[in-house]
Amino acid sequence: MGDIAFFPEQASTLAGQVDLLYFFLIAVSVFFALLIFSLIYLFAVRYRRRSEDDVPKEISGLLKLEILWSVIPLILVLFVFGWGATLYFDAYNPPKDAMEIYVVGKQWMWYIQHPTGQREINKLHIPVNKPVKLTMATEDVIHSFYVPAFRVKKDVVPGMYTTMWFNAIKTGEYHLFCAEYCGTKHSQMIGTVVVMEQADYQKWLSGNDSNEPLSVTGEKKFQQLACHTCHKDKANGRGPSLVGIFGKQAQLQNGQIITVDEDYIRKSILNPGDDVIAGYKPVMPTFQGQISEVGLLQITAYIKSLANSGSK
Amino acid sequence: MSTAIFKPRPEQVAQESDGTVSNYLNASFSIRSWLLTVDHKRIAILYLISISAMFFLGGIFAMLIRMELLTPAGDLMQSETYNKMFTMHGVVMVFFFLIPATPAVFGNFLLPLMIGAKDLAFPRLNLLSWYLYTAGALLAIGSIVFGGVDTGWTFYTPYSTTYANSNVILAALGAFIAGFSSILTGLNFIVTIHKMRAPGLTWFKMPLFVWGHYATSIIQVLGTPVVAITIILVALERLFHIGIFNPELGGDPILFQHLFWFYSHPAVYIMILPAMGVISEVITCFSKKKVFGYEFIALSSMAIALLGFLVWGHHMYTSGQSTYASLVFSVLTFLVAIPSAIKVFNWTATLYKGSVSYDAPMLYAIGFLGLFTIGGLTGVFLATLAVDVHVHDTYFIVAHFHYIMVGGSIMGYMAALHFWWPKITGRLYPEGWARFSALIIFIGFNLTFFPQFVVGYLGMPRRYHIYPEEFQIWNVFSTAGSSILGIGYLIPLIYLIWSLKSGPKASPNPWNAKGLEWERCPSPPPTHNFDHTPVVIEEAYAYEHKIWIK
Repeated sequence: MGDIAFFPEQASTLAGQVDLLYFFLIAVSVFFALLIFSLIYLFAVRYRRRSEDDVPKEISGLLKLEILWSVIPLILVLFVFGWGATLYFDAYNPPKDAMEIYVVGKQWMWYIQHPTGQREINKLHIPVNKPVKLTMATEDVIHSFYVPAFRVKKDVVPGMYTTMWFNAIKTGEYHLFCAEYCGTKHSQMIGTVVVMEQADYQKWLSGNDSNEPLSVTGEKKFQQLACHTCHKDKANGRGPSLVGIFGKQAQLQNGQIITVDEDYIRKSILNPGDDVIAGYKPVMPTFQGQISEVGLLQITAYIKSLANSGSK
Repeated sequence: MSTAIFKPRPEQVAQESDGTVSNYLNASFSIRSWLLTVDHKRIAILYLISISAMFFLGGIFAMLIRMELLTPAGDLMQSETYNKMFTMHGVVMVFFFLIPATPAVFGNFLLPLMIGAKDLAFPRLNLLSWYLYTAGALLAIGSIVFGGVDTGWTFYTPYSTTYANSNVILAALGAFIAGFSSILTGLNFIVTIHKMRAPGLTWFKMPLFVWGHYATSIIQVLGTPVVAITIILVALERLFHIGIFNPELGGDPILFQHLFWFYSHPAVYIMILPAMGVISEVITCFSKKKVFGYEFIALSSMAIALLGFLVWGHHMYTSGQSTYASLVFSVLTFLVAIPSAIKVFNWTATLYKGSVSYDAPMLYAIGFLGLFTIGGLTGVFLATLAVDVHVHDTYFIVAHFHYIMVGGSIMGYMAALHFWWPKITGRLYPEGWARFSALIIFIGFNLTFFPQFVVGYLGMPRRYHIYPEEFQIWNVFSTAGSSILGIGYLIPLIYLIWSLKSGPKASPNPWNAKGLEWERCPSPPPTHNFDHTPVVIEEAYAYEHKIWIK
């Protein structure tokens, strides 16, 4: 076979599990395909027409057989459903301790923003054996972040954040593809995921320390857009204080309880009138068109950094 | 006994004074008599010609795509051109070939004959359907001539509404208008099947071809309006910036996907259910045996039609829809696999202790069984949540749906074309060439599409103009296969056209098949189909009675 590969590399904790399910499906499929093909072949040869006057006896059907070949596949597929669903929930629910990285898709490039300030285009450096959670946004159309070696993929959708995570288990360089058609240079919206040993990763981080942490950039932007004139440190501003709010629950004017997460902050900046916190007036203007997806991520990182500080 | 009922009546072969038998083809010859015909058989011929033209147009796009993909670099055309190629291939093949093909040609021609009716319930509406189809096709062709479309046949927003610079509106309008053709055909079929069955032809005596078309028609009537509305919404957003799908305008891009797949997944069953009907007819005829499990095949068509409406979200496991929604769509998708499996098992069992011959239609039908089985089984892979996350939007999915669409629908269509050709044209085609082309198509198809399963699992995304080098070997297989497949489709084009003038004349029932269209109609049938309304007392496929007309 030489260099010809039949399966992609298994470079994440998920890859082996997905492949195992895939092999099971192949085994089941080969069994049923061979069963059907050999029956067709057998019947077609054994009962080939020998004379034009053949009159085969009528066989209308057999209820037992119908039940058999409905129930056995049914049980099998329900088993596969359960297996696939379990893995799916694992694949899309990041562990709490995952390291966070932000991704912005844009026709036709991937912009990667590390919380520590490093930025990359079409490259993602990550440490091996550490869960990594991506929070993703797009500046324009739908893209899809796909790393075949990790067996994960998630669409990046305008108007919201999507998330995905993986835990790389093998150092090396892997393909990053955009999997959702996004226009002329869709096939060039590709990149590389570089999985590094912890030590190398630390070296890489420190070699890129010219950038300030994301939350610091976010704070500057926060001042620049004059957010701080209403969102003060104490609850005495026209808007709610953002200190310690991230990850907490809050009550809206209509009584609904929501969790203050990335999506809520993003929405509140772009469509501030939609979900106003109880006790405040819907006076905030929209910042739609004044702030890019990257800017939104910076401010979000800043607000997140306020979550733990207690006071600033 | 039933024997008497099925004896040919002498008046059925009434001859003109000059000795030729009057039929729907030689009843009149003017162009006007064709373009204004309300005869379901002539309308079927109009469809056959226009649909074949669209098939070869879509095929040309396919060949250009495969030639480009022979090498990893984008050397044959620009990315923009390549994107238009796969878009137009999809639009033409899905909306103007696969969806209408079997119902509009064979359903149109055969439904009235099979149920002993003079025509469809609404003959003029039927003609209108063809004109709508043609108008839609011309608009789609217009969108190509004026520069093409590059959104993919799925028209995903906000790319299609805000970012694409190509003729989105024109192509979408083409699909919109063709959709009405589909709705009207479905409506016509439903009414015809309900109201115009010959005396004695109860629901469970109907040929399974009729059942397949009944299920299809329900989807056409219920599903197509949704895609029509969706296309209008895309146009409103694109032209007037009314925010429906683009979040910058306050819309939701995933809403589009829900609406689009609510129709476009059931549309897959519009493509495959009629082909399944064909397979039931062909397999019984060439095994000379009643179909195994008639009720199960009939009702599984209905189960597919109904369950098929509840599984659209399986196109969206990675889209950002709720993971719990994905869970529900996954389990329902597994359920819809069961009726298809039931059909395959029953067809296989029909061969058991039959009298099996290998005429060309049967070779196509057996090809269908093989390819549809692989297509169906790989569908189970895609229903599986975690596996789909990896292979979604890769060549794995391209391979899977071509196994269903080309391996299933088109193999069924080719089986129908060969099976009923003598009835439709009154001529026989060269059997040797027909068997040869069936074999070539089967080999070419597998060589084209099987490697795509492998390269898809390796991670090659679909709609990629340029791709990494390690995927090339599989693409070389695919391109080589596609040229064989292309030749396989050209051979029938040649010998079928040849047979129109030079093929031997067909007897009323060259296959010794059961069914009113074979036993009670000459080939080709007269304009009014039956001189006397037939009375049906037999079950479908009563081959044991052996009273067919030679």
